[in-house]
Amino acid sequence: MIQFYNVTKLYPNGVKAINDISLRIKQGDFAFLVGPSGAGKSTIAKLVFREEKPTAGQIFFNGRNALRFRGREVVAMRRRIGMIFQDFRLLPRKTAFENVAFALEVTGVSGWEIRKRVPEVLKQVGLEKKVDCFPEQLSGGEQQRVCVARAIVKNPVLILADEPTGNLDPETSRELMELFVQINQSGTTIVIATHAWDIVNEMKKRVIALENGRIVRDEEQGSYGYGVS
Amino acid sequence: MGFLNALRYCLRQTLLSIARNFWLATASAAMITVSLLILGSFALVALNAGQFLNQVESEIEINVFLRDTAQINDLGREIRALPGVERVSYIAKEQALDEMRESLGERRDILVGLEEDNPLPNSYRVRTANAEVVPAVAGAIEEMRGVEKVRYGQGYVEKLIMITRWVNAAALFAAGLLALAAVFLIMTTIRFSVMARRDEVEIMKYMGASNWFVRFPFLLEGMVVGFFGSSVAVLMLGFVYYYLLLQVDQVSLFFIQLVTDQRILGTLFGGLFGLGVFIGGLASSISIRKFLRV
Repeated sequence: MIQFYNVTKLYPNGVKAINDISLRIKQGDFAFLVGPSGAGKSTIAKLVFREEKPTAGQIFFNGRNALRFRGREVVAMRRRIGMIFQDFRLLPRKTAFENVAFALEVTGVSGWEIRKRVPEVLKQVGLEKKVDCFPEQLSGGEQQRVCVARAIVKNPVLILADEPTGNLDPETSRELMELFVQINQSGTTIVIATHAWDIVNEMKKRVIALENGRIVRDEEQGSYGYGVS
Repeated sequence: MGFLNALRYCLRQTLLSIARNFWLATASAAMITVSLLILGSFALVALNAGQFLNQVESEIEINVFLRDTAQINDLGREIRALPGVERVSYIAKEQALDEMRESLGERRDILVGLEEDNPLPNSYRVRTANAEVVPAVAGAIEEMRGVEKVRYGQGYVEKLIMITRWVNAAALFAAGLLALAAVFLIMTTIRFSVMARRDEVEIMKYMGASNWFVRFPFLLEGMVVGFFGSSVAVLMLGFVYYYLLLQVDQVSLFFIQLVTDQRILGTLFGGLFGLGVFIGGLASSISIRKFLRV
């Protein structure tokens, strides 16, 4: 589904965020991108989402050269990718329902379908009782669940999560991971950039370890490594 | 279907944005109103001046007074041969006296006895195709043998043309400056709207909103501001002009004939209106390009 061929990203300030990375993520994968801060995890997410273009190398999305996508195709690709962030990025003036509905509104889905789909996904993430709450009335874990709902409501083929548990306590983080596993079981590819080593070790999923912009390890059912157990 | 939903969403965003920046939007609209008012009133003045000039031009003629010794027919041929000359008519001195008598009306008595020794010269009346060649034609005739004197509305036509030209240039300049100010004000308005919705715009991008979907509400906002500004301007102008028409009619200033052609006025007002909306759209698209990264 996603292939990187010798991808390098050099920022204008001279920092080489990732260096000659080749990578292949298949449909239905569940993969962790791990590594210390500045190893290039977020850059990979940004490259996949076409927020940025690589300095060198090629990126393929579903077998097509993503770097050749023009405006409309970029938008079409983004609609098939659900993004989840450490800082949630919910709209504070909108309720949980409205935040999820927003993802559909901006793609021109009808009001009738929105009213049908949104409660379904909110139920799926276990927030059926918090539909009308504003983000500040929700706990961190609940807010992140709203974000998950917002990501899956558009039926994405891929969910890209950048440090999704960064602001959550361990217990809530585990629950969130359970949710990801559930979503993954329905066929959605999941890529999570994180440095929460304990969770990575528990999950026994594919681990792609980055260091200084290079892949140092890529194991199925791997662990976080880096000297911690 | 999806398109309609998106459009409805965009319209709502536009109205919300305007409500949020109400005073700035109002100031921008007012700026458009003022600049269009200036532009429009001078366009109306120019339109009427143009009509007036046409009228004057059609009435302007050269009077060529002849010596009694002149070869009348030869001279007539010569004058007709000049470029730009349209019509030449000969007025014998007797006819000139008749005309004078007529124009004096009740006081025609003072002319009694002049038939015997008519002091008026024979003359040619020359009409040209347009007012601009009048000075040249008059100059050429003056050189001819047997011509005593050439008279036409010296200088006054040229002055009228000059004045309208200057007034038009000044008006265009002032209106252009104000329009520029309006553009900057609207750009600021849109910039505030973009800032106020920056988070939302960023999230929209992550949700996979298309570029036009993100941009359109802002573009529409500028156009709505332009719409209101130019509506006010066109309504005010139309009202004032209509009032003027009525006044002129009442005082019967018959020598001033205001333009009343619905088609011309309609085009002018429609053009002003379109210009206002265009300025609004232009300003917001500049602002979007500058401040909205999608």
